[in-house]
Amino acid sequence: MITLLYLLAGALFIVGLRGLGSPRTARRGNQIAATGMLLAIVVTVYWVYDHSPNDEGLSALWWVILVGLAIGGAIGALLALRVQMTAMPELVAAFNGFGGGASALVAFAAIVETGTVVATDVAYATETEVTVALSIAIGVVTFSGSFVAYGKLQGIITGRPVALPGGPFFNLILVLLMTAASVWAIVWNEPLGYWVLAGIALVLGVTGVIPIGGADMPVVISLLNSLSGVAASMAGFVIGNQGLIIAGALVGAAGFILTVQMSEAMNRSLANVLFAGFGTEGAGPIDAGDRPVNSATPEDVAISLNYAQNVLVVPGYGLAVAQAQHAVRDLATALEERDINVEYAIHPVAGRMPGHMNVLLAEADVPYDVLLDLDHSNPKFANTDVVLVVGANDVVNPSARDDSTSPIYGMPILEVDLAATTVVIKRSLSPGFAGIDNPLFYMPSTMMLFSDAKGAIENVTEALLDL
Amino acid sequence: MSPEFIQGIVVFVLAAFVGFEVISKVPPTLHTPLMSGANAISGITIVGAIIAAAFADGAVAIVLGILAMVFATINVVGGFLVTDRMLEMFKKKPVAKR
Repeated sequence: MITLLYLLAGALFIVGLRGLGSPRTARRGNQIAATGMLLAIVVTVYWVYDHSPNDEGLSALWWVILVGLAIGGAIGALLALRVQMTAMPELVAAFNGFGGGASALVAFAAIVETGTVVATDVAYATETEVTVALSIAIGVVTFSGSFVAYGKLQGIITGRPVALPGGPFFNLILVLLMTAASVWAIVWNEPLGYWVLAGIALVLGVTGVIPIGGADMPVVISLLNSLSGVAASMAGFVIGNQGLIIAGALVGAAGFILTVQMSEAMNRSLANVLFAGFGTEGAGPIDAGDRPVNSATPEDVAISLNYAQNVLVVPGYGLAVAQAQHAVRDLATALEERDINVEYAIHPVAGRMPGHMNVLLAEADVPYDVLLDLDHSNPKFANTDVVLVVGANDVVNPSARDDSTSPIYGMPILEVDLAATTVVIKRSLSPGFAGIDNPLFYMPSTMMLFSDAKGAIENVTEALLDL
Repeated sequence: MSPEFIQGIVVFVLAAFVGFEVISKVPPTLHTPLMSGANAISGITIVGAIIAAAFADGAVAIVLGILAMVFATINVVGGFLVTDRMLEMFKKKPVAKR
Protein backbone atom coordinates (compact mmCIF):
# COMPACT_ATOMS: atom_id res chain seq x y z
CA MET A 1 0.00 0.00 0.00
CA ILE A 2 2.76 2.41 0.99
CA THR A 3 4.61 1.59 -2.22
CA LEU A 4 1.46 2.28 -4.24
CA LEU A 5 1.09 5.70 -2.64
CA TYR A 6 4.72 6.45 -3.50
CA LEU A 7 3.94 5.35 -7.04
CA LEU A 8 1.05 7.81 -7.09
CA ALA A 9 3.40 10.55 -5.90
CA GLY A 10 5.80 9.55 -8.68
CA ALA A 11 2.95 9.73 -11.22
CA LEU A 12 2.10 13.25 -9.97
CA PHE A 13 5.76 14.22 -10.46
CA ILE A 14 5.65 12.95 -14.04
CA VAL A 15 2.41 14.80 -14.83
CA GLY A 16 3.83 17.89 -13.12
CA LEU A 17 7.08 17.80 -15.09
CA ARG A 18 5.18 17.43 -18.33
CA GLY A 19 3.00 20.39 -17.37
CA LEU A 20 6.10 22.46 -16.68
CA GLY A 21 7.17 21.96 -20.27
CA SER A 22 4.43 24.12 -21.77
CA PRO A 23 3.68 27.77 -20.96
CA ARG A 24 -0.05 27.30 -20.45
CA THR A 25 0.16 24.38 -18.07
CA ALA A 26 3.42 25.23 -16.31
CA ARG A 27 2.03 26.71 -13.13
CA ARG A 28 -0.45 23.92 -12.62
CA GLY A 29 2.32 21.43 -13.36
CA ASN A 30 4.37 22.85 -10.54
CA GLN A 31 1.39 22.67 -8.20
CA ILE A 32 0.73 19.06 -9.17
CA ALA A 33 4.35 18.18 -8.46
CA ALA A 34 4.11 19.97 -5.10
CA THR A 35 1.01 17.92 -4.31
CA GLY A 36 2.96 14.76 -5.11
CA MET A 37 5.66 15.90 -2.70
CA LEU A 38 3.14 16.58 0.06
CA LEU A 39 1.68 13.12 -0.48
CA ALA A 40 5.14 11.53 -0.28
CA ILE A 41 5.90 13.37 2.96
CA VAL A 42 2.58 12.45 4.59
CA VAL A 43 2.96 8.81 3.55
CA THR A 44 6.47 8.73 4.97
CA VAL A 45 5.47 10.24 8.28
CA TYR A 46 2.66 7.70 8.55
CA TRP A 47 5.03 4.88 7.67
CA VAL A 48 7.48 6.03 10.31
CA TYR A 49 4.65 6.16 12.86
CA ASP A 50 3.53 2.68 11.86
CA HIS A 51 7.03 1.23 12.17
CA SER A 52 8.23 3.05 15.24
CA PRO A 53 9.53 0.58 17.78
CA ASN A 54 7.93 1.74 21.03
CA ASP A 55 5.64 4.35 22.50
CA GLU A 56 8.02 6.33 24.66
CA GLY A 57 10.31 6.92 21.70
CA LEU A 58 7.40 8.26 19.71
CA SER A 59 6.94 11.73 21.18
CA ALA A 60 10.64 12.52 20.86
CA LEU A 61 10.37 11.31 17.30
CA TRP A 62 7.55 13.71 16.49
CA TRP A 63 9.59 16.56 17.87
CA VAL A 64 12.52 15.63 15.70
CA ILE A 65 10.37 15.50 12.58
CA LEU A 66 8.39 18.63 13.41
CA VAL A 67 11.43 20.71 14.27
CA GLY A 68 13.28 19.56 11.16
CA LEU A 69 10.38 20.34 8.85
CA ALA A 70 9.60 23.66 10.53
CA ILE A 71 13.15 25.00 10.42
CA GLY A 72 13.76 23.89 6.86
CA GLY A 73 10.36 25.08 5.70
CA ALA A 74 10.78 28.51 7.26
CA ILE A 75 14.25 29.03 5.76
CA GLY A 76 13.12 27.79 2.34
CA ALA A 77 9.98 29.92 2.29
CA LEU A 78 11.83 33.01 3.45
CA LEU A 79 14.49 32.65 0.76
CA ALA A 80 11.96 31.90 -1.96
CA LEU A 81 9.62 34.79 -1.17
CA ARG A 82 12.24 37.44 -0.55
CA VAL A 83 14.60 36.81 -3.44
CA GLN A 84 14.83 39.35 -6.24
CA MET A 85 13.83 37.95 -9.59
CA THR A 86 17.34 38.76 -10.82
CA ALA A 87 18.92 36.52 -8.21
CA MET A 88 16.82 33.53 -9.24
CA PRO A 89 19.61 31.46 -10.81
CA GLU A 90 21.83 31.55 -7.77
CA LEU A 91 18.92 30.71 -5.49
CA VAL A 92 18.14 27.60 -7.55
CA ALA A 93 21.83 26.70 -7.21
CA ALA A 94 21.66 27.10 -3.43
CA PHE A 95 18.46 25.04 -3.09
CA ASN A 96 20.06 22.38 -5.23
CA GLY A 97 23.12 22.33 -3.01
CA PHE A 98 20.91 21.74 0.04
CA GLY A 99 19.15 18.85 -1.74
CA GLY A 100 22.43 17.17 -2.67
CA GLY A 101 23.77 17.67 0.83
CA ALA A 102 20.63 16.11 2.30
CA SER A 103 21.06 12.96 0.20
CA ALA A 104 24.64 12.56 1.36
CA LEU A 105 23.57 13.09 4.99
CA VAL A 106 20.86 10.43 4.66
CA ALA A 107 23.48 7.94 3.57
CA PHE A 108 25.78 8.99 6.42
CA ALA A 109 23.02 8.76 9.00
CA ALA A 110 22.31 5.25 7.78
CA ILE A 111 25.85 3.94 8.21
CA VAL A 112 27.24 6.06 11.00
CA GLU A 113 26.23 3.94 13.96
CA THR A 114 25.69 0.30 13.26
CA GLY A 115 26.50 -0.86 9.79
CA THR A 116 22.97 -2.08 9.25
CA VAL A 117 20.26 -0.53 7.13
CA VAL A 118 18.38 1.48 9.74
CA ALA A 119 14.89 1.14 8.37
CA THR A 120 14.90 -2.58 7.65
CA ASP A 121 17.47 -3.91 10.08
CA VAL A 122 19.03 -5.94 7.31
CA ALA A 123 22.80 -6.17 7.52
CA TYR A 124 24.51 -4.34 4.71
CA ALA A 125 25.04 -6.24 1.55
CA THR A 126 27.81 -5.09 -0.76
CA GLU A 127 25.36 -3.65 -3.27
CA THR A 128 23.83 -1.42 -0.61
CA GLU A 129 27.27 -0.23 0.43
CA VAL A 130 27.94 0.71 -3.17
CA THR A 131 24.83 2.90 -3.16
CA VAL A 132 25.93 4.44 0.14
CA ALA A 133 29.23 5.39 -1.47
CA LEU A 134 27.49 6.73 -4.60
CA SER A 135 24.97 8.67 -2.55
CA ILE A 136 27.72 10.30 -0.52
CA ALA A 137 29.98 10.99 -3.50
CA ILE A 138 27.31 12.47 -5.78
CA GLY A 139 25.48 14.26 -2.98
CA VAL A 140 28.60 15.97 -1.66
CA VAL A 141 29.85 16.97 -5.12
CA THR A 142 26.40 18.49 -5.76
CA PHE A 143 26.56 20.29 -2.45
CA SER A 144 29.94 21.98 -2.84
CA GLY A 145 29.58 22.43 -6.61
CA SER A 146 26.24 24.19 -6.22
CA PHE A 147 27.59 26.59 -3.66
CA VAL A 148 30.59 27.43 -5.84
CA ALA A 149 28.11 28.14 -8.66
CA TYR A 150 26.14 30.28 -6.21
CA GLY A 151 29.29 32.17 -5.26
CA LYS A 152 30.22 32.75 -8.88
CA LEU A 153 26.79 34.14 -9.75
CA GLN A 154 26.72 36.32 -6.64
CA GLY A 155 30.17 37.63 -7.47
CA ILE A 156 31.64 36.26 -4.22
CA ILE A 157 33.92 34.05 -6.30
CA THR A 158 35.36 35.36 -9.55
CA GLY A 159 33.12 34.65 -12.51
CA ARG A 160 36.19 34.04 -14.65
CA PRO A 161 37.39 30.52 -15.23
CA VAL A 162 40.16 29.60 -12.81
CA ALA A 163 42.76 27.30 -14.35
CA LEU A 164 43.66 24.22 -12.32
CA PRO A 165 47.12 22.69 -12.22
CA GLY A 166 46.93 19.82 -14.68
CA GLY A 167 43.53 20.92 -15.97
CA PRO A 168 40.88 18.21 -16.21
CA PHE A 169 43.43 15.59 -15.09
CA PHE A 170 43.40 17.13 -11.64
CA ASN A 171 39.74 16.22 -11.30
CA LEU A 172 40.30 12.82 -12.88
CA ILE A 173 42.82 12.07 -10.14
CA LEU A 174 40.26 13.12 -7.51
CA VAL A 175 37.72 10.73 -9.05
CA LEU A 176 40.27 7.90 -8.91
CA LEU A 177 41.01 8.73 -5.26
CA MET A 178 37.28 8.65 -4.52
CA THR A 179 37.02 5.23 -6.10
CA ALA A 180 39.91 4.04 -3.94
CA ALA A 181 38.29 5.42 -0.79
CA SER A 182 35.03 3.67 -1.70
CA VAL A 183 36.80 0.35 -2.23
CA TRP A 184 38.52 0.82 1.12
CA ALA A 185 35.18 1.46 2.81
CA ILE A 186 33.30 -1.38 1.13
CA VAL A 187 35.79 -4.19 0.64
CA TRP A 188 37.69 -3.65 3.90
CA ASN A 189 34.56 -2.65 5.81
CA GLU A 190 36.22 0.52 6.98
CA PRO A 191 33.67 3.28 7.77
CA LEU A 192 36.45 5.86 7.77
CA GLY A 193 36.61 5.35 4.00
CA TYR A 194 33.21 7.03 3.62
CA TRP A 195 34.44 10.14 5.42
CA VAL A 196 37.55 10.28 3.26
CA LEU A 197 35.28 9.87 0.25
CA ALA A 198 33.14 12.79 1.38
CA GLY A 199 36.22 14.94 1.95
CA ILE A 200 37.53 14.36 -1.56
CA ALA A 201 34.04 14.86 -3.03
CA LEU A 202 33.85 18.22 -1.27
CA VAL A 203 37.06 19.24 -3.05
CA LEU A 204 35.89 17.83 -6.39
CA GLY A 205 32.72 19.93 -6.30
CA VAL A 206 34.90 23.04 -5.97
CA THR A 207 37.57 22.11 -8.48
CA GLY A 208 35.00 20.80 -10.94
CA VAL A 209 33.03 24.05 -11.10
CA ILE A 210 35.67 26.72 -10.50
CA PRO A 211 37.38 26.31 -13.92
CA ILE A 212 34.07 27.05 -15.64
CA GLY A 213 33.19 30.64 -16.55
CA GLY A 214 30.26 32.49 -15.00
CA ALA A 215 28.38 32.56 -18.31
CA ASP A 216 28.17 28.79 -18.28
CA MET A 217 26.84 28.51 -14.72
CA PRO A 218 23.25 27.84 -15.86
CA VAL A 219 24.40 24.69 -17.62
CA VAL A 220 26.43 23.69 -14.58
CA ILE A 221 23.51 24.28 -12.21
CA SER A 222 21.28 22.22 -14.45
CA LEU A 223 23.81 19.39 -14.47
CA LEU A 224 24.19 19.57 -10.70
CA ASN A 225 20.40 19.45 -10.44
CA SER A 226 20.45 16.27 -12.46
CA LEU A 227 23.14 14.90 -10.14
CA SER A 228 21.16 15.74 -7.02
CA GLY A 229 18.35 13.64 -8.49
CA VAL A 230 20.71 10.71 -8.92
CA ALA A 231 21.99 11.23 -5.37
CA ALA A 232 18.40 11.12 -4.05
CA SER A 233 17.80 7.94 -6.01
CA MET A 234 20.92 6.33 -4.53
CA ALA A 235 19.77 7.36 -1.06
CA GLY A 236 16.55 5.54 -1.94
CA PHE A 237 18.53 2.34 -2.50
CA VAL A 238 20.32 2.84 0.81
CA ILE A 239 17.15 2.99 2.87
CA GLY A 240 15.11 0.76 0.56
CA ASN A 241 12.53 3.35 -0.46
CA GLN A 242 10.97 3.14 -3.91
CA GLY A 243 9.46 6.62 -3.83
CA LEU A 244 12.95 8.08 -3.58
CA ILE A 245 14.27 5.86 -6.35
CA ILE A 246 11.46 6.85 -8.74
CA ALA A 247 11.55 10.60 -8.17
CA GLY A 248 15.33 10.75 -8.04
CA ALA A 249 15.76 8.87 -11.33
CA LEU A 250 13.06 11.02 -12.92
CA VAL A 251 14.81 14.27 -11.99
CA GLY A 252 18.21 12.84 -12.86
CA ALA A 253 17.10 12.04 -16.41
CA ALA A 254 14.92 15.12 -16.92
CA GLY A 255 17.66 17.39 -15.58
CA PHE A 256 20.19 15.82 -17.89
CA ILE A 257 18.03 16.37 -20.98
CA LEU A 258 17.52 19.97 -19.92
CA THR A 259 21.28 20.38 -19.48
CA VAL A 260 21.93 19.12 -23.01
CA GLN A 261 19.26 21.46 -24.40
CA MET A 262 20.88 24.41 -22.64
CA SER A 263 24.31 23.60 -24.07
CA GLU A 264 22.76 23.30 -27.51
CA ALA A 265 21.20 26.75 -27.14
CA MET A 266 24.79 28.02 -26.87
CA ASN A 267 25.83 25.87 -29.81
CA ARG A 268 28.31 23.96 -27.69
CA SER A 269 28.62 20.44 -26.47
CA LEU A 270 28.26 19.68 -22.79
CA ALA A 271 31.84 18.40 -22.69
CA ASN A 272 33.01 21.70 -24.16
CA VAL A 273 31.19 23.64 -21.45
CA LEU A 274 32.59 21.50 -18.66
CA PHE A 275 36.20 21.11 -19.73
CA ALA A 276 37.12 23.89 -22.14
CA GLY A 277 37.69 26.61 -19.51
CA PHE A 278 35.89 28.99 -21.86
CA GLY A 279 37.30 32.48 -21.89
CA THR A 280 40.44 31.72 -19.92
CA GLU A 281 42.54 33.43 -22.56
CA GLY A 282 42.06 37.06 -23.49
CA ALA A 283 40.70 37.95 -20.07
CA GLY A 284 41.02 41.44 -18.70
CA PRO A 285 39.84 44.80 -19.94
CA ILE A 286 39.96 45.31 -23.68
CA ASP A 287 41.92 48.27 -24.95
CA ALA A 288 39.74 50.23 -27.34
CA GLY A 289 42.89 51.67 -28.87
CA ASP A 290 42.20 54.48 -31.28
CA ARG A 291 39.10 52.91 -32.80
CA PRO A 292 36.32 55.50 -32.93
CA VAL A 293 33.30 54.98 -30.68
CA ASN A 294 30.06 56.91 -31.17
CA SER A 295 29.21 58.01 -27.69
CA ALA A 296 25.62 59.23 -27.54
CA THR A 297 23.50 61.17 -25.06
CA PRO A 298 20.01 60.11 -23.97
CA GLU A 299 18.67 62.97 -26.13
CA ASP A 300 20.39 61.58 -29.25
CA VAL A 301 18.84 58.20 -28.57
CA ALA A 302 15.40 59.70 -27.95
CA ILE A 303 15.53 61.55 -31.26
CA SER A 304 16.41 58.48 -33.28
CA LEU A 305 13.71 56.49 -31.49
CA ASN A 306 11.18 59.22 -32.22
CA TYR A 307 11.73 58.88 -35.98
CA ALA A 308 11.69 55.10 -35.95
CA GLN A 309 8.81 52.87 -36.95
CA ASN A 310 10.09 49.55 -35.76
CA VAL A 311 12.09 49.18 -32.57
CA LEU A 312 13.54 45.95 -31.24
CA VAL A 313 14.75 45.75 -27.66
CA VAL A 314 17.52 43.23 -26.91
CA PRO A 315 17.68 42.71 -23.15
CA GLY A 316 20.71 41.17 -21.51
CA TYR A 317 22.23 40.57 -18.14
CA GLY A 318 22.82 44.29 -17.56
CA LEU A 319 19.07 44.81 -17.61
CA ALA A 320 18.67 42.19 -14.92
CA VAL A 321 21.41 43.67 -12.72
CA ALA A 322 20.00 47.18 -12.97
CA GLN A 323 16.40 45.97 -12.46
CA ALA A 324 15.58 47.96 -15.58
CA GLN A 325 12.68 45.85 -16.79
CA HIS A 326 10.04 48.31 -15.54
CA ALA A 327 11.93 51.27 -17.02
CA VAL A 328 12.10 49.46 -20.37
CA ARG A 329 8.40 48.79 -20.18
CA ASP A 330 7.71 52.49 -19.55
CA LEU A 331 9.85 53.48 -22.53
CA ALA A 332 8.02 50.96 -24.71
CA THR A 333 4.67 52.40 -23.60
CA ALA A 334 5.84 55.91 -24.48
CA LEU A 335 6.96 54.69 -27.90
CA GLU A 336 3.72 52.81 -28.51
CA GLU A 337 1.79 55.99 -27.79
CA ARG A 338 3.70 57.47 -30.73
CA ASP A 339 2.60 54.55 -32.89
CA ILE A 340 6.05 53.04 -32.90
CA ASN A 341 6.08 49.27 -32.99
CA VAL A 342 8.14 47.78 -30.13
CA GLU A 343 9.12 44.15 -29.86
CA TYR A 344 11.72 42.27 -27.84
CA ALA A 345 14.36 39.94 -29.22
CA ILE A 346 15.30 37.35 -26.64
CA HIS A 347 18.46 35.34 -27.05
CA PRO A 348 18.06 31.88 -25.54
CA VAL A 349 20.91 32.42 -23.09
CA ALA A 350 20.50 36.14 -22.48
CA GLY A 351 20.90 36.93 -18.82
CA ARG A 352 22.22 34.10 -16.76
CA MET A 353 19.74 31.38 -17.45
CA PRO A 354 17.67 30.36 -20.43
CA GLY A 355 14.31 32.02 -19.97
CA HIS A 356 15.73 34.54 -17.49
CA MET A 357 14.74 37.54 -19.63
CA ASN A 358 11.24 36.23 -20.20
CA VAL A 359 10.75 35.94 -16.47
CA LEU A 360 11.96 39.50 -15.85
CA LEU A 361 9.96 41.09 -18.65
CA ALA A 362 6.87 39.16 -17.62
CA GLU A 363 7.36 40.65 -14.16
CA ALA A 364 7.16 44.11 -15.77
CA ASP A 365 3.91 43.19 -17.53
CA VAL A 366 5.41 43.01 -20.99
CA PRO A 367 2.93 40.96 -23.03
CA TYR A 368 4.08 37.49 -23.95
CA ASP A 369 3.37 37.87 -27.68
CA VAL A 370 5.94 40.64 -28.31
CA LEU A 371 8.80 38.51 -27.00
CA LEU A 372 10.51 37.03 -30.04
CA ASP A 373 12.93 34.15 -29.92
CA LEU A 374 16.16 33.93 -31.89
CA ASP A 375 14.68 32.43 -35.04
CA HIS A 376 11.90 34.99 -35.23
CA SER A 377 14.08 38.01 -34.37
CA ASN A 378 16.96 37.60 -36.78
CA PRO A 379 14.93 38.03 -40.02
CA LYS A 380 13.54 41.28 -38.55
CA PHE A 381 16.73 43.20 -37.82
CA ALA A 382 17.32 44.30 -41.42
CA ASN A 383 13.91 46.05 -41.38
CA THR A 384 14.33 47.49 -37.92
CA ASP A 385 15.07 51.19 -37.55
CA VAL A 386 16.49 51.17 -34.05
CA VAL A 387 17.72 48.25 -31.99
CA LEU A 388 18.08 48.98 -28.30
CA VAL A 389 20.65 46.66 -26.75
CA VAL A 390 20.19 46.89 -22.98
CA GLY A 391 23.10 45.39 -21.12
CA ALA A 392 23.71 42.54 -23.53
CA ASN A 393 27.12 41.87 -25.01
CA ASP A 394 28.26 38.41 -26.07
CA VAL A 395 24.88 37.45 -27.53
CA VAL A 396 25.08 40.34 -30.02
CA ASN A 397 28.78 39.98 -30.85
CA PRO A 398 29.17 39.74 -34.64
CA SER A 399 32.52 37.94 -34.15
CA ALA A 400 30.53 34.78 -33.51
CA ARG A 401 29.39 35.00 -37.13
CA ASP A 402 32.33 36.68 -38.88
CA ASP A 403 35.57 35.78 -37.14
CA SER A 404 36.48 32.12 -37.30
CA THR A 405 39.34 32.68 -34.85
CA SER A 406 36.99 34.00 -32.15
CA PRO A 407 36.41 31.69 -29.19
CA ILE A 408 32.67 32.17 -29.57
CA TYR A 409 32.68 31.55 -33.35
CA GLY A 410 29.60 29.57 -34.31
CA MET A 411 27.50 30.60 -31.31
CA PRO A 412 24.09 31.76 -32.51
CA ILE A 413 23.75 35.52 -32.06
CA LEU A 414 21.14 38.20 -32.52
CA GLU A 415 22.29 40.01 -35.66
CA VAL A 416 21.66 43.52 -34.34
CA ASP A 417 24.35 44.99 -36.60
CA LEU A 418 22.00 44.54 -39.56
CA ALA A 419 19.62 47.20 -38.24
CA ALA A 420 19.79 50.81 -39.45
CA THR A 421 20.84 52.04 -36.02
CA THR A 422 21.95 50.08 -33.02
CA VAL A 423 21.95 51.71 -29.61
CA VAL A 424 24.03 49.90 -27.01
CA ILE A 425 23.33 50.82 -23.41
CA LYS A 426 26.24 49.63 -21.34
CA ARG A 427 28.33 50.97 -18.53
CA SER A 428 31.65 50.69 -20.35
CA LEU A 429 33.40 48.98 -23.23
CA SER A 430 34.42 46.12 -20.95
CA PRO A 431 33.96 42.61 -22.28
CA GLY A 432 31.14 40.29 -21.25
CA PHE A 433 31.38 36.87 -19.64
CA ALA A 434 33.18 35.41 -22.62
CA GLY A 435 35.96 37.96 -22.00
CA ILE A 436 36.29 39.02 -25.62
CA ASP A 437 36.04 42.29 -27.48
CA ASN A 438 32.86 43.18 -29.35
CA PRO A 439 33.36 44.81 -32.81
CA LEU A 440 29.72 45.95 -32.69
CA PHE A 441 30.71 48.78 -30.37
CA TYR A 442 32.96 50.35 -33.01
CA MET A 443 30.60 50.15 -35.98
CA PRO A 444 29.50 53.43 -37.57
CA SER A 445 25.83 52.51 -37.18
CA THR A 446 26.25 51.90 -33.45
CA MET A 447 25.58 54.53 -30.77
CA MET A 448 27.00 53.83 -27.34
CA LEU A 449 25.13 55.18 -24.34
CA PHE A 450 27.44 54.69 -21.39
CA SER A 451 25.33 54.38 -18.28
CA ASP A 452 23.69 51.80 -16.11
CA ALA A 453 20.67 50.34 -17.85
CA LYS A 454 17.96 51.70 -15.59
CA GLY A 455 19.19 55.30 -15.44
CA ALA A 456 19.86 55.36 -19.17
CA ILE A 457 16.40 54.10 -20.10
CA GLU A 458 14.73 56.52 -17.71
CA ASN A 459 16.71 59.43 -19.18
CA VAL A 460 15.81 58.38 -22.71
CA THR A 461 12.13 58.16 -21.80
CA GLU A 462 12.29 61.60 -20.21
CA ALA A 463 14.04 63.05 -23.27
CA LEU A 464 11.47 61.41 -25.51
CA LEU A 465 8.56 62.90 -23.61
CA ASP A 466 10.20 66.34 -23.85
CA LEU A 467 10.45 66.20 -27.65
CA MET B 1 21.84 -9.29 -5.05
CA SER B 2 18.65 -9.22 -3.05
CA PRO B 3 15.31 -9.24 -4.92
CA GLU B 4 14.50 -5.82 -3.43
CA PHE B 5 17.69 -4.38 -4.84
CA ILE B 6 17.02 -5.80 -8.30
CA GLN B 7 13.49 -4.44 -8.16
CA GLY B 8 14.99 -1.07 -7.23
CA ILE B 9 17.21 -1.16 -10.30
CA VAL B 10 14.21 -1.97 -12.51
CA VAL B 11 12.30 0.97 -11.07
CA PHE B 12 15.33 3.24 -11.43
CA VAL B 13 15.88 2.42 -15.11
CA LEU B 14 12.20 2.73 -16.03
CA ALA B 15 11.82 6.02 -14.16
CA ALA B 16 14.94 7.36 -15.87
CA PHE B 17 13.46 6.58 -19.28
CA VAL B 18 10.25 8.34 -18.35
CA GLY B 19 12.36 11.32 -17.28
CA PHE B 20 14.15 11.39 -20.64
CA GLU B 21 10.86 11.27 -22.54
CA VAL B 22 8.91 13.76 -20.48
CA ILE B 23 11.36 16.60 -21.18
CA SER B 24 11.93 16.13 -24.90
CA LYS B 25 10.45 19.39 -26.21
CA VAL B 26 10.51 22.39 -23.91
CA PRO B 27 10.67 26.00 -25.20
CA PRO B 28 13.77 27.84 -23.87
CA THR B 29 11.44 30.30 -22.14
CA LEU B 30 10.55 27.62 -19.65
CA HIS B 31 14.05 26.28 -19.04
CA THR B 32 14.54 28.26 -15.84
CA PRO B 33 11.19 27.39 -14.22
CA LEU B 34 11.55 23.79 -15.34
CA MET B 35 15.01 23.54 -13.82
CA SER B 36 13.69 25.06 -10.65
CA GLY B 37 10.69 22.74 -10.54
CA ALA B 38 12.79 19.65 -11.20
CA ASN B 39 15.14 20.84 -8.48
CA ALA B 40 12.22 20.99 -6.05
CA ILE B 41 11.28 17.42 -6.95
CA SER B 42 14.84 16.28 -6.25
CA GLY B 43 14.08 17.40 -2.72
CA ILE B 44 12.24 14.05 -2.51
CA THR B 45 15.27 13.07 -0.50
CA ILE B 46 13.22 14.59 2.35
CA VAL B 47 11.55 11.18 2.51
CA GLY B 48 14.92 9.60 3.14
CA ALA B 49 15.74 12.31 5.65
CA ILE B 50 12.58 11.70 7.69
CA ILE B 51 13.24 7.97 7.77
CA ALA B 52 16.89 8.47 8.63
CA ALA B 53 16.03 10.87 11.45
CA ALA B 54 13.26 8.64 12.77
CA PHE B 55 15.29 5.46 12.86
CA ALA B 56 18.59 6.98 13.86
CA ASP B 57 20.25 5.05 16.65
CA GLY B 58 22.63 7.31 18.44
CA ALA B 59 23.35 10.99 18.79
CA VAL B 60 25.47 11.43 15.67
CA ALA B 61 22.90 9.75 13.47
CA ILE B 62 20.10 11.88 14.92
CA VAL B 63 22.04 15.08 14.30
CA LEU B 64 22.82 13.99 10.74
CA GLY B 65 19.20 13.00 10.21
CA ILE B 66 17.80 16.32 11.44
CA LEU B 67 20.35 18.24 9.39
CA ALA B 68 19.37 16.19 6.34
CA MET B 69 15.72 16.99 7.03
CA VAL B 70 16.37 20.74 7.33
CA PHE B 71 18.40 20.76 4.12
CA ALA B 72 15.82 18.74 2.21
CA THR B 73 12.90 20.85 3.46
CA ILE B 74 14.67 24.03 2.35
CA ASN B 75 15.04 22.42 -1.06
CA VAL B 76 11.40 21.31 -1.26
CA VAL B 77 9.58 24.33 0.17
CA GLY B 78 11.88 26.92 -1.37
CA GLY B 79 12.00 25.13 -4.70
CA PHE B 80 8.26 24.86 -5.25
CA LEU B 81 7.58 28.39 -3.96
CA VAL B 82 10.19 30.04 -6.12
CA THR B 83 9.02 28.11 -9.18
CA ASP B 84 5.48 29.25 -8.50
CA ARG B 85 6.66 32.84 -8.19
CA MET B 86 8.38 32.62 -11.54
CA LEU B 87 5.40 31.04 -13.26
CA GLU B 88 2.94 33.44 -11.73
CA MET B 89 4.45 36.05 -14.02
CA PHE B 90 3.79 33.98 -17.10
CA LYS B 91 0.07 33.94 -16.59
CA LYS B 92 -1.82 35.08 -19.64
CA LYS B 93 -1.64 38.83 -19.92
CA PRO B 94 -4.46 40.79 -21.52
CA VAL B 95 -3.39 41.12 -25.16
CA ALA B 96 -1.50 44.33 -25.90
CA LYS B 97 -3.56 47.33 -26.74
CA ARG B 98 -3.78 48.62 -30.33
